[in-house]
Amino acid sequence: MTLFTDTFLIALLAGVVAAGVPLLLAGLGEQLSEKAGVLNVGIEGMMLGGAYLGFYVAWASESTGLGFLAGALGGMTVAALMVLFCVRLGLNQIVIGIALTLGAEGATALLHHVQFSRLYPRLPEVATWRIPGLAEIPIVGPALFDREPVVYLALGLVPAFVWLYRRTHLGLAIQAAGDKPAALDSAGESVLAIRALSVLGCGALVGLGGAFMSIAAAGVFVPFMTHGNGFIGIVLAMLARGRPLWVLLGAALFGACLSAATALQVAGVDIPTDVVQMLPFAAVMAVLLIAGRNAKLPAALGAAYVRGER
Amino acid sequence: MSETTSDIGDGRAAPAFARREIWGVLAMSLGPVLAAFVLSGLILLLMQVNPFSYYGYVFGRGLFSPTGVQATLTRMGPLLLLAASLIVAFRAGIWNLGGDAQFLVGAVFAAAWTPLMVAHVPVWGALLAGMAVSAGFGALWGLVPAFLRAYQGLNEIITTLMMNFLGLSLASVLVKLVFLDPATTVPQTRTLPVEDRLPTLGGTTISSGLLIGLVAVLAVHFVMTRTAFGLRLRVVGANAGAAVHAGLAVPALTVAVFAISAGFAGLSGGVAILGQYGNVRADWNPAYAMSVVPLVFLARFNGFAAIGFVALFSILSIGSESAARRMGVPNYFTLVTVAILLIVLGLAEYWGARRRQKAGV
Repeated sequence: MTLFTDTFLIALLAGVVAAGVPLLLAGLGEQLSEKAGVLNVGIEGMMLGGAYLGFYVAWASESTGLGFLAGALGGMTVAALMVLFCVRLGLNQIVIGIALTLGAEGATALLHHVQFSRLYPRLPEVATWRIPGLAEIPIVGPALFDREPVVYLALGLVPAFVWLYRRTHLGLAIQAAGDKPAALDSAGESVLAIRALSVLGCGALVGLGGAFMSIAAAGVFVPFMTHGNGFIGIVLAMLARGRPLWVLLGAALFGACLSAATALQVAGVDIPTDVVQMLPFAAVMAVLLIAGRNAKLPAALGAAYVRGER
Repeated sequence: MSETTSDIGDGRAAPAFARREIWGVLAMSLGPVLAAFVLSGLILLLMQVNPFSYYGYVFGRGLFSPTGVQATLTRMGPLLLLAASLIVAFRAGIWNLGGDAQFLVGAVFAAAWTPLMVAHVPVWGALLAGMAVSAGFGALWGLVPAFLRAYQGLNEIITTLMMNFLGLSLASVLVKLVFLDPATTVPQTRTLPVEDRLPTLGGTTISSGLLIGLVAVLAVHFVMTRTAFGLRLRVVGANAGAAVHAGLAVPALTVAVFAISAGFAGLSGGVAILGQYGNVRADWNPAYAMSVVPLVFLARFNGFAAIGFVALFSILSIGSESAARRMGVPNYFTLVTVAILLIVLGLAEYWGARRRQKAGV
């Protein structure tokens, strides 16, 4: 088989990372928000906000570091609207989530039209951090250990979140805000503050994922470029049942299939990419049909918290 | 959802109260619409476009030009069927967000079989069979999330979203590999000849899909508000626990809701193909269902209001498509308008609830 050359395998594995990192960040963000009781359907919009603002700042300042920071900020900007409408005012989370997704899709496409429709600037490749020693491993090394800093950050967030949820007071408060907000309130913590913090954190993570897509993976901003990645993030968070490690596994699985689709095309294998793209979803649906039991969702997910209400 | 609970009991309200209610509903719906137009007008000003001439042009093209209004009314047909699909599901408390895949699966199977059938049976028979096929396959696609929700308690938001991705890929695989028209090089299904499509309405180019859509929305509205079956569904939606205690077969009702909802979505795809497009091209996805979700929310799950909002959306989308070419405002602008509309509507509802609370009602 000429297909499995070293370069092909490196490209495939590197593609898994490139496709998986935005999914991982989106899934971790959605998980954080859901744990606190906010079903965040707007993450597709937050991702686009991050992708646009990140790209714009990286282009204007010629600094990718600032770009990633701005990406997180862009996601938080959209998330701040979610906090205002869903946490503070208690409006329906699904309606506002869809509104924010539509609004961010339209707004970023319009901004792109106004600013870049004539220029189509492309960013230079992002500098990578080479981890000495590990990067020397054949195939795995160049694909995994010679990457953009955001990749390491995203991977490092997984154990950080495990620690946060299992070992810290804040993690307990976040989960209480989703399971029994009234108990958290009577323990003297502010439900609204915890939820607001979680949604903003979700926005920052998801925005960073979007910025990774525009700055590192693509090098350009294209309208609607997140292409359902946010929705896959929702799926990952729900499948993971509250475990950050499972989000990582899911992101790797979905990222592998997304990247295999392009890699096979490049290698000239004549399978429609749609078939490969169906695989992760088909696999997950099959598992659910055979072994599906109640998805353990937080009890107060999707419900606004109003003080003093039953 | 507070709407679903509050209108369970108002089926037989006193006429005077009902009239005040209608005015209240109108004010609550039209106020946000006006506010949203003002806000999106401000955005147009920022883009250095005169909002009056933009909206003048959009409504001129979408509503007041003969070709425009016919295109608008034709587009309304599939959108109304999707509205019917979503009203059934949302009123029963089921978040069917997989309408796009159900639409496409219905469209692909109708497009594959109707041109073949047309050669052997009378046209009306082939068209009816094509619509039945689209509704049937749409419903079939909705059954997986239905069973997972009904018997394994899996959240339908996640499963319908996943079936969406799966369905979009499946539709293009079917078009590229199975139902390919051997006569063309472009990947698309066989084309239904124009004279064999759904009849147009008296001398115009408006597809009779419009009538099918109107009938579906009104039928759904009637069933959900005036029949025992509709009441059962609304009870399940308002409080599934109470429904179990009242002796309702909640799992069976859940499956029924999914079948009806996904069936309408599939039929919508069939009507779009049989009435308007004639074939399905590879990777075609108009994403109508995701656009109709906010409209149904704006209409507060009311069939009559849904017709109004679908009409407004069709005018805006047809008008903004030509405005994109003429005035340099991309048609993404409609997305921004709809988003602002949703948020303003949410705020109006919030303030309304606050006012009622203060008045002590």
